[in-house]
Amino acid sequence: MSLLKVSNLVSYIGLFTILHGVDMEIKQGEAVAILGRNGAGKTTFLRSVMGLVKTRSGSMVFDGNPLVGKPPHKVSRMGIGYCPEDYGVFDHLTIEENLNLAVHKKNAATAERMDYILDLFPDLKKAHKRNAHTLSGGQRQMLSVGRSLVNDPKIILIDEPSKGLAPVVIEKMALALKEISKKSTILLVEQNFHMATIVTDRYYIIDEGRTVHTGMMKDLENDKELQQQHLGL
Amino acid sequence: MANILTLLFNGISEGALYFLMAASLSVILGLMGVVNFAHGTLFLWGAYVFRMVFIFTGSFILGIIAAAAAGFVLGIIFEKAFISRVYGNIGAQIMITLGLQIVFTELVRVFWGPTALVVARPEFLEGVSHIALGDIGTVIISHYRLFLIIVGVLIAIGGHLLLTKTRVGMTIRAGVQNSEMVGALGININLYFTLVFAVGGALAGFGGALFAPLSGSINPDSGNMFQLMAFIVVVVGGMGSFMGSALGSLFMAVMVALIGWTLPDISLVAPVALMALILIFKPQGLFRWAVKK
Repeated sequence: MSLLKVSNLVSYIGLFTILHGVDMEIKQGEAVAILGRNGAGKTTFLRSVMGLVKTRSGSMVFDGNPLVGKPPHKVSRMGIGYCPEDYGVFDHLTIEENLNLAVHKKNAATAERMDYILDLFPDLKKAHKRNAHTLSGGQRQMLSVGRSLVNDPKIILIDEPSKGLAPVVIEKMALALKEISKKSTILLVEQNFHMATIVTDRYYIIDEGRTVHTGMMKDLENDKELQQQHLGL
Repeated sequence: MANILTLLFNGISEGALYFLMAASLSVILGLMGVVNFAHGTLFLWGAYVFRMVFIFTGSFILGIIAAAAAGFVLGIIFEKAFISRVYGNIGAQIMITLGLQIVFTELVRVFWGPTALVVARPEFLEGVSHIALGDIGTVIISHYRLFLIIVGVLIAIGGHLLLTKTRVGMTIRAGVQNSEMVGALGININLYFTLVFAVGGALAGFGGALFAPLSGSINPDSGNMFQLMAFIVVVVGGMGSFMGSALGSLFMAVMVALIGWTLPDISLVAPVALMALILIFKPQGLFRWAVKK
């Protein structure tokens, strides 16, 4: 049974229709990449799932429940973690406060989750009383990803975690996401093809607001023509 | 010198009223991006409701509570029925909040009449103390004005603790920066919008209630000057900053008192000119360095 099933999704911002028909199916435990050129609609797709962009038609079903029309806070509480493109960390809150703010319901497992997150990203552990505005881009991304794990979500949507990061930090982040994917379902929007190949096993390509291709990541790695055609690599 | 100290004391006490208006206005602006031109009418309703309950019950405290409650309820009505429909549309927000200001001010005229009404001070806060300061002279301390300063300081400390030490405050501070992301973390940010608007209304109503006995009379235009000063304080203190509003209120109160003493002809123009200069040269305000929003 699929965890997230999206059929013929059409979304718009203001007067502009951005997604013209996205289809996708993610199964529990998968790590799936959404690839495509700049402006293809990848970020808008994640924001549509989160309820941050309005949907005109189509359906989204998550864990057996419809998603369309649900406000972001309800989407989050259904078990969807979200790391936006600009990290979405709160500058005037400490790392600890950023993490605590995301806790839906404090229970015995919360402390364990926090330990798991801080072990995954030791940089956050060292600086967890520091305000987020003092963090580097890589640390902010770690905080964003760590925060999305706080409630042990069923799926994590991550939008371009490599954006603006140095190659060495990208490598570190890719390995951390690979580690996370052993326990969580991941839907990763990524322009950095190398990172996508490390983290995910399957992909969808979105072009001009439509899903145009899907397959296994290892096949795409070997298919230079397809890479050239849809990703401009 | 004693006269200047008395003037400063009086100015600071009015600064406490600016603060009650400006703090909530600033947080509303920061959290929801709403420039609320209807805030002055909440102040006005607070003043009139206070007077009515004070006369009816004879209790100053009940009058203040009723004024704050009126502001709270009106705040909820304004946010739920009108402003929530135009989030993100600044033009529509300005028109709607200006419309609310006009309509609810006219309702005050309908209910209580267009002429000024006398408001008494509570007996326990009547009177003045004369503080002799040797060669400097004697400073006159109005008990009611001292009460306003104490209330202002207590509200500033309480608000600061609420914003920095509680989960509600943490959520509001986060929402001031990125309300969309707060929602994506599973928090119903719309509830916080309503809560902040309602508490803001309560503070404005509370401010109106405290203003009425200070002024000795109220009329349907009483809220206008305080709304203008509150907007100036928001700009001076930094938009979205609670403690910036406290420092901005103090700064404006001292400035207005000193200008009123030395150059009375420009005492009304000076604050507006200062606001214009800050918007041009330091739009983030003068006091953002001092606060965690």
